[in-house]
Amino acid sequence: MIVYLIRRFINYAILSMIATVMAYVLACLALDPKARYLGRNPRPSDEAINHILNRLGTNPDDPILSRTMHWFTQIIFHGNFGQEYNYTSVSHDMFVRSGVSLQLLLLGSFLGAFFGVALGVWGAVRQYKASDQIVTYSSYLVLATPVFVLGVLLMIVATNFNNAVGHQVIQFTGQYTPGLNGTWNILQDRVSHLFLPTLALSMFGAAEYSRYQRNAMLDVLSADYIRTARSKGRTRGAAMVRHGVRVALIPMSTYFAYSFGTLIAGSTFLEKVFSWHGMGEFALDSIIKNDINATAASIFYVSVLVLISSTLAEVLYAALDPRVRI
Amino acid sequence: MAVIEPLDLDTTASLVDPGKAPKRSSRGRLIWIRLRSTPRFWIGVTVVALMIIWAIIGLWFTHWSPTDQDLINSRTGPSGSHWFGTDDIGQDIYAETVVGLRKSLAIGLIAGPLSTLLSAFVGSFAGYVGGKADSVISWFINLLLVVPAFFLLVLISPLLKDKAWVALIFFIAAFTWMVMAQVIRAQTKSLRDRDFVKAARFMGVGTFTILRRHIVPNVASLLIIDATLGVVYAIIAETSLSYFGFGIQPPQVSLGTLLADGTSAATTRPWVFLFPAGVLILLLFAVSLIGDALRDAVDPTSGATRG
Repeated sequence: MIVYLIRRFINYAILSMIATVMAYVLACLALDPKARYLGRNPRPSDEAINHILNRLGTNPDDPILSRTMHWFTQIIFHGNFGQEYNYTSVSHDMFVRSGVSLQLLLLGSFLGAFFGVALGVWGAVRQYKASDQIVTYSSYLVLATPVFVLGVLLMIVATNFNNAVGHQVIQFTGQYTPGLNGTWNILQDRVSHLFLPTLALSMFGAAEYSRYQRNAMLDVLSADYIRTARSKGRTRGAAMVRHGVRVALIPMSTYFAYSFGTLIAGSTFLEKVFSWHGMGEFALDSIIKNDINATAASIFYVSVLVLISSTLAEVLYAALDPRVRI
Repeated sequence: MAVIEPLDLDTTASLVDPGKAPKRSSRGRLIWIRLRSTPRFWIGVTVVALMIIWAIIGLWFTHWSPTDQDLINSRTGPSGSHWFGTDDIGQDIYAETVVGLRKSLAIGLIAGPLSTLLSAFVGSFAGYVGGKADSVISWFINLLLVVPAFFLLVLISPLLKDKAWVALIFFIAAFTWMVMAQVIRAQTKSLRDRDFVKAARFMGVGTFTILRRHIVPNVASLLIIDATLGVVYAIIAETSLSYFGFGIQPPQVSLGTLLADGTSAATTRPWVFLFPAGVLILLLFAVSLIGDALRDAVDPTSGATRG
């Protein structure tokens, strides 16, 4: 079993490594680092531009293959992702920013998965009742709303709420207010900043997961072993949870991994909308700034997240389904 | 049910024509019968049809064009003259929404089905041929799935900047076919050893003819659902890209650029954001209702209609 998981992990690791290298090549083809300097007034001399780009290792006059090799060996042997256009270390920025992003992403996807599963089970148990219909149609409505629109709509609601209450209860720009003192104040401030983006991300996640969980749960509810569990004296609730939800979660674990990519993209939008300085913002900004090193590093970050989530999904699958463990 | 006219042999013969009779209970017809009685389907179809008509003729109802600047009435809310209000420089939100909707609709309605076509082709080919080609293709699909499609689209977006917006359609289709291709591949694998496919193969029918005549028609229902929901994904992809400045470039207008312009003022002058957002959500909701109704009609054991 452990061997199987390790093999899957290595397989995913190789895939994400190749994907990162290909992303670097793609970035070299699509981005034009010279454009950042050519548009300036007065225009820097060619020597100056070449000097800067050579130092960054992103001079488009060098062959792509040799640049890629150089970039890749730097990462493998020195753990060095190179420098951004302004000479700051990519690795350092990545470390700080991924802390910011993961806060939102982990909390949002955990809450989304939890409420998605809960709503899906609830909808399946109460099939065709008004509550089931409301859950189904509201999940369609949330899914028909692009995440950034959802974020801005929540912002409008929060503004009205703040105006009604009389002061800024819910904050919606940035991750925290700088210059606050006292643990309690800082904690309160963090929560009031975290609230809206987390709500948006978990609403999106919950809407998506609830539909699949409902279908999976409906498949399970009519199964014989639920009836057996009931007839041996288990209460309805216990039979549902121990024998129903657990089995219905098995196909879901694969689905969690599949949809994690959409959640990463969703949290990227939300970082931009709520001006959080995380990896999502980093990725989009570095593409706008034609920064090849930073762009490739953010793609690396995304593929590592996908790698971890796929492996976790395999572990979850094995934990839930005894048949895999043999 | 047929009118029996024993004297006229010709009509009777055509009424019980054995070639025509089984067609009535064919799978397509069965799906249609189920679909016909689903209110969700009709609501979705009506809304989408109205949206398309509105996108075409919507500008007839206003004397503003999307590029007009009514500076005297800039930053005003909805009124008799400007139905959806105006933005900072007095542009009419109603006219801009209609024009933006046109572009988003065009992109969604073409890119969604195009990506389905691509997944049908790649998926059925990989599943049917098997062996080395199959391994290479599935490996490639898995590789593309490691990085979420949105990031790939953003990464190549600089290549799009100086191209016409139509290019965006093909780029979106090129990066959204992978998951469905895997599903089609799995389905094809189970179809490959069925007798009717084997018979065709042993008679010497070519690979692509078998795919077209025997494999693809058997996964058609999946493809129709995917093409419908693909419209939703394509429109969301377009609006997201344009919203963050990677898709449609100003002065071209799409719902995405319109929402981007409206965001800064969304909390103070909500109409600049709410009207385009409302139109977008209504459209996507209607299309997903159609997709959902289709899914239930194709597979009655799934989802809402299960007894």
